[in-house]
Amino acid sequence: MAETVNITVNGTQHSKEVEGRTLLVHFLRDTLGLTGTHVGCDTSSCGACTVHINGKAVKSCSMLAAQADGKSITTIEGMANGDELHPLQESFREKHGLQCGFCTPGMIMTAADLLNHNPNPSETDIREALEGNICRCTGYHNIVEAIKDAAEKMAVPA
Amino acid sequence: MLPNTVDYYRASSVSDALNVLKANPDAKILAGGHSLIPAMKLRLNSPSMVIDIANLSDLNYIKEEGGNIRIGAMTTHGQIAHSSLLAEKLPLFTETADVIGDVQVRNMGTIGGSIAHADPSADWPAALLAADASIVVTNGDETRSIPATDFFVGFFSTALEEGEIITEIQVPVPATGTKMTYQKFMQPASRFAIVGCAAMAKVENGVVADVKVAFTGVSDGPFRDGNVEAAISGKTTTAENIASAAAQAASDVNLNADHYADEDYRQHLARVYAKRALSAVCG
Amino acid sequence: MSNKYIGQSVKRVEDKRFITGEGRYTDDIVLPRMVHAYILRSPYAHARIKSIDTSEALAMKGVVAIYTGKDFENINGVPCGWQVNFKDGTTMREPKHPLLVLDKVKHAGDGVAMVVAETKEIAADAAEAINVKYEVLKAVTNPKEALAPGAPLVHDEYPDNIAFDWQIGNDKAEVDAAMDSAHHITKLDFTNNRVVPNAMEPRSYIGDYDTAYDRYTLYTSTQNPHLIRLLMCAFVLGIPEHKVRVVGPDVGGGFGSKIYHYTEEALVTWAAKQLRRPIKWTSDRSEAFLTDAHGRDHVSTAEMGFDKDGHIVGLRIKTYANLGAYLSTFASAVPTYLHGTLLQGVYTTPKIHLDMTCVFTHTTAVDAYRGAGRPEATYLLERLMDVSAHEMGIDPAELRFKNFIPPFDGVNQAGYQTQVALQYDSGNYHAVLERGLEMLGYADFKEKQAEARKNGKLLGVGFSTYIEACGIAPSAVVGSLGARAGLFESAQVRVQPTGKVNVYTGSHSHGQGHETSFAQVVADKLGIPLADVEIIHGDSDAVAFGMGTYGSRSLAVGGSAIVKSIEKVLEKGAKIAAHKLECSTDDLDFADGKWTVKGTDKSIGFGDVALTAYVPHVYPANLEPGLDFSSFYDPANFTYPFGCHIAVVEVDAETGKVTIKRFVAVDDVGNVINPMIVEGQIHGGLAQGIGQALLEGVIYDENGQLTTGTFMDYAMPRADDLPMFETDRKTTPCPHNPLGVKGAGEAGAIGSTPAVVNAVMNATWHLGVRDLEMPLTPQRVWRAMNHK
Ligand SMILES: Cc1cc2nc3c(=O)[nH]c(=O)nc-3n(C[C@H](O)[C@H](O)[C@H](O)COP(=O)(O)OP(=O)(O)OC[C@H]3O[C@@H](n4cnc5c(N)ncnc54)[C@H](O)[C@@H]3O)c2cc1C
Ligand code: FES
Ligand code: FES
Repeated sequence: MAETVNITVNGTQHSKEVEGRTLLVHFLRDTLGLTGTHVGCDTSSCGACTVHINGKAVKSCSMLAAQADGKSITTIEGMANGDELHPLQESFREKHGLQCGFCTPGMIMTAADLLNHNPNPSETDIREALEGNICRCTGYHNIVEAIKDAAEKMAVPA
Repeated sequence: MLPNTVDYYRASSVSDALNVLKANPDAKILAGGHSLIPAMKLRLNSPSMVIDIANLSDLNYIKEEGGNIRIGAMTTHGQIAHSSLLAEKLPLFTETADVIGDVQVRNMGTIGGSIAHADPSADWPAALLAADASIVVTNGDETRSIPATDFFVGFFSTALEEGEIITEIQVPVPATGTKMTYQKFMQPASRFAIVGCAAMAKVENGVVADVKVAFTGVSDGPFRDGNVEAAISGKTTTAENIASAAAQAASDVNLNADHYADEDYRQHLARVYAKRALSAVCG
Repeated sequence: MSNKYIGQSVKRVEDKRFITGEGRYTDDIVLPRMVHAYILRSPYAHARIKSIDTSEALAMKGVVAIYTGKDFENINGVPCGWQVNFKDGTTMREPKHPLLVLDKVKHAGDGVAMVVAETKEIAADAAEAINVKYEVLKAVTNPKEALAPGAPLVHDEYPDNIAFDWQIGNDKAEVDAAMDSAHHITKLDFTNNRVVPNAMEPRSYIGDYDTAYDRYTLYTSTQNPHLIRLLMCAFVLGIPEHKVRVVGPDVGGGFGSKIYHYTEEALVTWAAKQLRRPIKWTSDRSEAFLTDAHGRDHVSTAEMGFDKDGHIVGLRIKTYANLGAYLSTFASAVPTYLHGTLLQGVYTTPKIHLDMTCVFTHTTAVDAYRGAGRPEATYLLERLMDVSAHEMGIDPAELRFKNFIPPFDGVNQAGYQTQVALQYDSGNYHAVLERGLEMLGYADFKEKQAEARKNGKLLGVGFSTYIEACGIAPSAVVGSLGARAGLFESAQVRVQPTGKVNVYTGSHSHGQGHETSFAQVVADKLGIPLADVEIIHGDSDAVAFGMGTYGSRSLAVGGSAIVKSIEKVLEKGAKIAAHKLECSTDDLDFADGKWTVKGTDKSIGFGDVALTAYVPHVYPANLEPGLDFSSFYDPANFTYPFGCHIAVVEVDAETGKVTIKRFVAVDDVGNVINPMIVEGQIHGGLAQGIGQALLEGVIYDENGQLTTGTFMDYAMPRADDLPMFETDRKTTPCPHNPLGVKGAGEAGAIGSTPAVVNAVMNATWHLGVRDLEMPLTPQRVWRAMNHK
């Protein structure tokens, strides 16, 4: 049975028909063409699909598009402000927090959730916050550095 | 894999959800979806309809009333982890919520969904047992309050009957001076509990009183460990007393086994974690 | 010439698209009229297919086609790329690996049918409606058990499950004699655990066929597009290579698993022509566990002999390598030429013999995984060194110093000839261990350890001094060893009229940052800004040819090819410059992007020369216009990076859980173009090597079912499993390539695994723990500590 969903994604309102079983991640990738949100597993384990719903990090592979009806979603594509990158995006680049880039959108979205709650996280806080995100390339060292760096950047009043 | 076809229904109220559930016995309640949807994706579970109750804000609250902490079934693990009321009155719950899954899971998964699902490795059941919680359920006509000890009846099974949903978890506010902890030994891949031990105790004049110890992960269902409780009750809080009480843990239960922990090792871990939990609450 | 970029941690140019979500991986690509494939796979490890009924599935709305093994009876399977012969000279056994199975499935996950449908959901639904009847047979998953008489046969035509046997090193009798003379022998039984590469991007392919031009396009998450094209065209589908374009767009990690030519690549390409529609197939993660080639899986008995002063006198090894059900592309090379040839390690061992038996089992194919053969060799050597040191009462660092090959630079001192065929290029093994010990603070550590032990804490340190062969490989050498391809690399440097430069490389980046480090080389060599260089890779229509990226070869081989082309550009540029400046080329110096007449300030810039090459109004006679050169570079030798890895661990005495407290890595990968990228490569390798030691390991049950088939069962390092890494580098340049680089992609995964295991043994030695099978799960460690 088709459902109509009204979802705001990165500030743009969409009204679309979806199947009841359509996962949010497929809605974003296939229906809206926002392919920055990735699928790395089928057991809700890897976090590559992480987006924000009403400001909170969630795994978009583990919910139906219909569940997001009426909600506001931010994906990696919505993190930069025009040409101005989000501090996390900047820091991931500066600290070499990515290699193949596949886990990166999910990492950045999860890190953004952390910094929303905890603007000054310790190394342990960061590592714990990344518990739901797997990176196979970086060994996490530079991801931790990048998030620390972004926290510092964000602490400086603009 | 992708889920089978399914109808999606968004409930407008608890009674609406119950009515639709009654009319569609194949339907499943959809709370945070973080047990149900992963199972649907692997086609281990293919309900004909899901009834989404996530938007029922009257099931989402944490409050203290009449000597009880009351938590709405749709309260997420994340909300519990960040609750200042619970941090003060029932830190066992914030501590437990904090080690469930990961940030993303905690932002979606609910306490009601977790206990309805009754995964033998889930964290909440141990905490609920140790806290003497009751689970409030309703089928629309009748509302019952089921003590946690009666609620969890075994492997993925509960006292919940067809057509019933969980609305609330109630916990008597622990007496002042009660200490509590949840200690978890994680399966390294799934990060569910291989052994989770929740404990509460009050030490009066150097003697352990009111002690409750509960396990998850160890057996086919969560359980209160009466042997440990009896062995430490009324004893002084010496390391020897704690160690010998902990050594009783998981003695007369069926032990789970998998490639991360066979029966022997799991029992050993239960004892280590009982010791750690008791040391934390009897300090 | 001054280097502005080489040696600097230039930020990566490719990052912009990845951090904004604009990376373009295969599954992100949508073609008009595209349909979706789903592959129905065998739930059994070993079974005969009695019948397949697709009628119900075919009738479902939205189903376009269903193919089964019958459709491929007369089409070849995917080939193995490396021929190894039995000891007696007969050719290895090479069973057909069909695109879809016709009669007998040989591992859980073997492809049985392909459904093509309008959406991936419909394809999955239809696959469920296919009715396959199986006769289930007994399966065998362990290589030694597969050799037992009466063991179930993987391929009915090979009555002993042996793919081939093989040996390397000195004459066996000489090695036996050396061992007989030994004062002390350490003997260990090893299992090198089977691991799953698990690149985060699951494999994904799109096949497309253009009727108008009779041309195929395959988009594939591969590490080597040209190699896939060659294998698929020439060996599998028999379609003309010049009518096929293979594109490897952004690829989300490989670690070896995306080198190989997989059945699904050929399936979507073939079916695209049948259906005249583009077809996409993307693997699920659980499907990846069953079908991506796995790594390692050796069972060995190894002995190391020492004289009374602690010098190694001999090394004798018997190994059974599990190759899985089919021979994957490089499967036969990994346990042999990438493993046996590294058994010299960094030591002066005078006599070495490896006896290898490679075995078929009812499991997923095993092939190269980060390090490929070299981690297995390093693991044997470094564990043996460690246990020997303990047994002989010599400090493990001391025992290594005693046995190191003395430093040699490959220029003033000759390369080191090993007992196992290779000649090392240059090395200074003392230096890395010395630096490692210094970073560790070994003396302090020993005090801390004693102190910790008093408080009931189990602290341990473990060393590993590794060497690897990278920059693969000289074509003539590998050809003589059975490779069915050359291992050169190609590069084209195309200077545009405005002096901007496009570089086309046959190397492929799937995380390594070629677009940056290659551009650094080009910009410096040409004296132009980095922004004026673009690196293009991964498209067989754009790039002349390529052997791709694996074996830490990109910079050493691909980078050297680029340097060759740049040299040609500069040579021709000098002719143009000389003409314009009215002098001889001998009178010119090239520096900082311009040619200057020696001793004068008369000069002409690179951009002017480029423009002149394309607007050749005033131009040397007999010189062609244009400034565009291609080269192929075939290396003279492998390169031999090495290093020292040190792990400090704490073992929870009650639970057996191991925590990495510190990890020190000192690597010598030759010259370094971009230290930031090299360090990142080391970090990633360390995580995988530590993962193999502590967390990762495939388990098959007695029926051949993969017990560890999802991320919920197969543990990999997460952020909170690892510490911050302490890294440093030493530099011994490679003497035989123009950049002096050796390669850094695999080092981390090679050195770290035994360092961790050695550290755990060091922490628990006094409790009687000598050796343990990886991964060192808490349960295993606890059992060993308690002798259970
Ligand atoms: C990656 C991952 C890691 C996880 N790790 C952990 C962990 O470490 N520890 C842990 O304890 N859990 C873990 N979980 C499970 C998680 O806590 C789930 O959120 C929880 O088990 C189910 O809650 P839910 O709200 O998501 O329920 P749902 O998935 O929506 O529902 C689960 C079941 O309960 C039923 N149900 C839901 N709500 C009600 C209700 N109010 N009344 C009656 N029936 C109801 C549903 O019909 C369904 O059958 C993990 C999950 C994931 C995906
Ligand atoms: S794709 Fe969502 S957690 Fe892996
Ligand atoms: S950068 Fe490749 S998985 Fe993280």
